Amino acid sequence: MVAVIPMVAAGIPLFPPSASSVSWRVDRLFFGLCAFSVIVVGIVFFGNLYFAIRYRNGSHADRSNQIHDSTPIEWTWTIITAIVFFGYFVWGLQPYFDDFRPPADAMNIYVVGRQWMWKIEHPDGRREINQLHVPVGQSIQLNLISQDVIHSFGVPAFRLKRDVLPGRYETVWFRPTKPGTYHLFCDQYCGAFHSDMAGQIVVMDGARYQQWLSQVRTSTPMAREGSELFRRHGCVECHKPGGRGPELSGLPGRLVHLSDGSVLIADDDYIRESILAPGTKLVAGYPPIMPTFQGQLSEMQISELIAYIKSLGIEEQEVRPQ
Amino acid sequence: MTTIAAGARLPVARRSVVEREHYLNESVGVRSWLLTTDHKRIGILFLIAITFFFVAGGIAALLMRINLLTPNGYIVDPETYNRLFSMHGIMMVWFFLIPSIPAVLGNFVVPMMIGARDLAFPRLNLLSWYIFVLGGLFTLADVVMGGVDTGWTFYTPFSSTYSNSAVVLAIVGVFISGFSSILTGLNFIVTIHKMRAPGMTWFRLPLFIWSMYTTAVILVLASPVIAITLVLVALERLFHIGIFDPRFGGDPLLFQHLFWFYSHPAVYIMVLPAMGVVSELVACFSRKRVFGYKFVAFASISIGVLGFLVWGHHMFVSGQAIYASVVFSFLSYVVAVPSAIKVFNWTMTMRKGHVHFATPMLYAYGFIGLFTIGGLTGLFLAALGLDAHVHDTYFVIAHFHFIMVGGSVMAYLGGIHYWWPKISGKLYPEMWGRISAVLIFAGFNLTFLPQFILGYLGMPRRFPHYPPEFQALNVMSTAGASILGLGYLLPLLYLAWSARYAQNAPPNPWGATGLEWQTESPPPTHNFEVTPVVTEEPYDYGEIEGAYA
Repeated sequence: MVAVIPMVAAGIPLFPPSASSVSWRVDRLFFGLCAFSVIVVGIVFFGNLYFAIRYRNGSHADRSNQIHDSTPIEWTWTIITAIVFFGYFVWGLQPYFDDFRPPADAMNIYVVGRQWMWKIEHPDGRREINQLHVPVGQSIQLNLISQDVIHSFGVPAFRLKRDVLPGRYETVWFRPTKPGTYHLFCDQYCGAFHSDMAGQIVVMDGARYQQWLSQVRTSTPMAREGSELFRRHGCVECHKPGGRGPELSGLPGRLVHLSDGSVLIADDDYIRESILAPGTKLVAGYPPIMPTFQGQLSEMQISELIAYIKSLGIEEQEVRPQ
Repeated sequence: MTTIAAGARLPVARRSVVEREHYLNESVGVRSWLLTTDHKRIGILFLIAITFFFVAGGIAALLMRINLLTPNGYIVDPETYNRLFSMHGIMMVWFFLIPSIPAVLGNFVVPMMIGARDLAFPRLNLLSWYIFVLGGLFTLADVVMGGVDTGWTFYTPFSSTYSNSAVVLAIVGVFISGFSSILTGLNFIVTIHKMRAPGMTWFRLPLFIWSMYTTAVILVLASPVIAITLVLVALERLFHIGIFDPRFGGDPLLFQHLFWFYSHPAVYIMVLPAMGVVSELVACFSRKRVFGYKFVAFASISIGVLGFLVWGHHMFVSGQAIYASVVFSFLSYVVAVPSAIKVFNWTMTMRKGHVHFATPMLYAYGFIGLFTIGGLTGLFLAALGLDAHVHDTYFVIAHFHFIMVGGSVMAYLGGIHYWWPKISGKLYPEMWGRISAVLIFAGFNLTFLPQFILGYLGMPRRFPHYPPEFQALNVMSTAGASILGLGYLLPLLYLAWSARYAQNAPPNPWGATGLEWQTESPPPTHNFEVTPVVTEEPYDYGEIEGAYA
């Protein structure tokens, strides 16, 4: 490890930048485990070294009163080890739980992974490939889905990673705390050009983010794209007040009673499944007449439809102006 | 103790006497080896086969490391690189590590350690070797057919739908080799239960037998799971039956649950036998009974049982339920406790002993140090919040190489050197043994310590191309790998040389306890002229203190 010194001198990074609200808590846990490891390695190393020297064959060390078994010693180190381990187990919980609890003001960004690129869409309709521009200090919730195999959205500087599955939404969130450009990797092996499925997260301060927003050509917001799809595919024919299908306004997050008697909460996965395989979870009181849209919509278009359905609820109830 | 460590004081003038008959010379010719049912010869057949597969997997690793010297990988294209790491993993896991200690050393010494003439089912034992070789040949044929690019983990739906490589052939190879694991495990279980010599009670068994017994149970219980899982992948690939690919109504995470339900216990298939070997080495070369014999024995059992309950720690970021992750994290910390206890016990064994620094003991020291680091870094990965950062990075690569190579391979080589006089009837050159043990230790650390740093920096695994700021650490790692490769090459050469040219070994060159040392070197075909009767505890070094120097 002598090589560390010239590496530091040459400016070669040995530690990743720390740029999100959770990264310091992960690092703290890391250093906590490093400290424990150093202690244990020290005990084992010097214990072995001491016994090796003192009790080397031919030495004149006193060898009377050899011990071969000692239940008190065994239980002592078993219990101490178990207690310390339990402490680290508990310590590891908090940052993990935090990854699953996005704050209420998080901005929703949709990410579709495919061999071998990241397609990203902002709520205002801006699209990016292998790049994500975000303002510093803003909580971002990512809605992740894959179009083909399993990928993994990993940003080392944010100490964050989540696998991106086909056929199912995963969500993860972060709050960048430091402007800069950071690596985005695919961390789950996904085929031939896995290592080229990389990009960057650009964290900008408020002014430069506004500048970026004004430079990028304006595009249709996701919800409006969804509204257009909703009309074009004829969804509106049935999903209207008094129509043949259930009304969709206010649906996301609501309890839904199904025809088989079960009840579920309408999340993104349920809406997606209802578009692609409408017969699987039929709403009570409605006939199974909806056709499948499997193969007619891209993952991003499904996300736009979901964004539209979510906007319906908000517009009508006027809970929170966008 | 300069050049030839052992046996200098014991009479070794056997060559002038009429050659004694033993298992190596009682019959000659290729046919006598290919049709043998002698557990010792089958052990050697396994030794030759796994050495071959180790070299194949090692060449793949070497090419990968050379390719990683530059950020853009000039040597091979990404598609070839993917085939290299897949073949490296498949070869090393299923065709080297899993059979290494059980099928080679276990085959050779288990019957002798318990005072038996052979394993319970000698012909099944030979069948196990043929099945193993057949599976290995299928896997090698896969290389000829274009290779497989799924990684050894075969994650779906990539393996079941999207990969264009020869996935099914590799699956067939691994599937076949599973039967070899099951047969060997079954054979050991029955042998240890039914064929112990008179007086060889459970608590008089050497600790190697305890760990082999646990390993055998895992082999029998876990191998069928991976076999059926891989069959499902092949069926989905051929007939789109919709088990794993959501496009056909499957669930990709189901595969990961099934795969790790086998593959995590498989880690213990690799490391428990290694722990057993280290217990033997530490006791012998400290001239002392293993400290806390019963705790070490029960630690093996509890690792074996708990090992089946921690598979979900491979899936903390894969979309598994959050509370499932909490339970798996907790159990992963629990399974680490018995491993830690073993390390403490080995250390305490040396206290007030007579420590000899022969080659096998150097490997045992190497094991204790590297396994400790491997185990501790496992705690990093078991911590949920930290795993979200280091999962699927080089941190994981470094961690499991510390366990599987720093742990298992070190112990395997230590065991090979320790029992080499018994296996070959010859003494290996001690000086070369020590040089290569030190080379392997140094090369290993230089290879894998930088990978912990790379992993924390965020470099993902299975990356033929990487950002340029990771280059310096990758160069260090490759430099270490070349030393490691040289370290592995040396024993191959001098052991092969010694089998023919070295000095004959006495029956017990180490002055060790244990029944295998009470018979000739090499042993007669049926191991013992007279069935031994056991009247003592294992590792009873009280009276032969310092017997060899």
